[in-house]
Amino acid sequence: MSQILAPLTIDEKYADMIRQRENEDGSELSILNLGPTHPATHGIFQNVLLMDGERIIDAEPTIGYIHRAFEKIAENRPFYQINVLTDRMNYCSSPINNFGWWMTVEKLLGVEVPKRAQYLRVILMELARISDHLICNSILAVDTGAFTGFLYVMQYRERIYEIYEELCGARLTTNMGRIGGLERDLSDTGFRKLRAFMKDFPVAFKEFEALVSRNRIFIDRCIDVGSITAEKAIAYGFTGPNLRAAGVDYDVRIATPYSSYQDFQFEIPVGKTGDTYDRYCVRNEEIWQSMSIIQQALDKLPEGPYHADVPDYYLPPKEDVYTSMEALIYHFKIVMGEVPVPKGEVYNCVEGGNGELGFYLVSDGSRVPYRLHFRRPCFIYYQAYTDMIKGGLLSDAIVILSSLNVIAGELDA
Amino acid sequence: MALDYTTVEEKLKAKFGEEVKDFTNDYGMLAFEIASNKNVEAIQFMRDELGFNFLTTLFTIHYPDNDLERQFAIVYQMHNWVDNVRVRFKIFINGENPEAETATGLFPCANWMERESYDFYGIIFNGHPDLKRILNMDEMVSFPMRKEFPLEDGNRTDKDDRYFGRIPQNTNAN
Repeated sequence: MSQILAPLTIDEKYADMIRQRENEDGSELSILNLGPTHPATHGIFQNVLLMDGERIIDAEPTIGYIHRAFEKIAENRPFYQINVLTDRMNYCSSPINNFGWWMTVEKLLGVEVPKRAQYLRVILMELARISDHLICNSILAVDTGAFTGFLYVMQYRERIYEIYEELCGARLTTNMGRIGGLERDLSDTGFRKLRAFMKDFPVAFKEFEALVSRNRIFIDRCIDVGSITAEKAIAYGFTGPNLRAAGVDYDVRIATPYSSYQDFQFEIPVGKTGDTYDRYCVRNEEIWQSMSIIQQALDKLPEGPYHADVPDYYLPPKEDVYTSMEALIYHFKIVMGEVPVPKGEVYNCVEGGNGELGFYLVSDGSRVPYRLHFRRPCFIYYQAYTDMIKGGLLSDAIVILSSLNVIAGELDA
Repeated sequence: MALDYTTVEEKLKAKFGEEVKDFTNDYGMLAFEIASNKNVEAIQFMRDELGFNFLTTLFTIHYPDNDLERQFAIVYQMHNWVDNVRVRFKIFINGENPEAETATGLFPCANWMERESYDFYGIIFNGHPDLKRILNMDEMVSFPMRKEFPLEDGNRTDKDDRYFGRIPQNTNAN
């Protein structure tokens, strides 16, 4: 490639502002390039900041550094190959993305998922939510200078990944689930690891909260930093913990229950001011609620099949493919894409780690989607970031970015 | 009384008459089509009169086989959180000069979603405060999500840029 990216030009707007301020009171505004690969931004975000000393006057965000054209690729892939694209979006909570996608396909195909698979999906999705919130909150503590709390809880994300491994073999990009359920039942080792996690994690997490939540420095860095009102948050399309921190109790798990969420008792924590501290507290409380949901699901976990009986869409067991004619035919039909798919437009959403994760699938009856649109919560609420950091300090901008939990993979798709 | 789809449909028909049509209720969501110049008016009416307080998503679909006047569809999806009702509607616009009114005046969150539609499909949103590319590089000249750009040819012998949805002169050096 001989093409060299044109350097980021300093906006004419900024040049005018700098000149104007210099003529007014002789102050010197400066332009600071934050990112794209700044270690404190946890991902590839670039913000060109116009600074007056330590204060941010204006910011120009640039996104798309890890854009991978998932929506275009999805138009060329059969449904089961799209699953691997979804877990590369919010890679901190990939099972939620996976199951959100399968539920969209199941809605289109009219597949009824058995209860056991639904409960197992709930368990895995709540584990994913815990690992997502855990990363966000512990890294927020690191960004404010408290490294210890992070080390206390990080090993538990590892334990969650080990439970994923028992089900699908993968850790980060899980490719979990199949149309109609799961690819295999959670093994005995998996259940053992899950129970051990349920026993050990609350202890460590209480320690984390005791270390961080009432820490003077942490509180001073977080309270009244990056506040957003409920009206503004709704106008900017906030969903998820960031919206709930502003005091709105919208949660997809309650609004449109999916995968048997109506069977469980849990509360939706809400904040008051929508500042960084509220976002932190809401995420912490959601972790406790997720623990409660997992416990309820484990207690009520019904026996039964772990996938629906849909031979048209669910691959038969490998040993049957070699020995039974029927299984071989189904296997061939699924792999070669000769299974009928209804025409239609489906929207399905799940409560992802960061908010309403939506899949809009337009099917024209062929094996690949005609159009697949991902409603990525990060992409929509990150546009409020400029507004939130204006007038604040540079160090606050880092904390706000961290508390919004913007995941670059989900932002850029 | 909680809002239901029949009420939404009746109120929209009373307000827009012939310009709103094709009401369907597939897969549990009310969908309809509205005249392409009425999109902002419809969003405002639904927000202020019917309580659809949240613009869930906004994106574009390309239908190259349609008549020229109906080659791009912009899909708006709105959600009423009080009555928990979701509705989506489409406007169809011209394939050669795709233009639509911007919804940024009503919902700030439409800003980036419209930029995404511009970036990938070349839809011009009139009145948008900052319509420029968002995920692709600024120097690019094509609109890659349009159906005329294939992703990749399965029979390719080498990795040629043309097969990746890029036309040979896809960047503007200036």
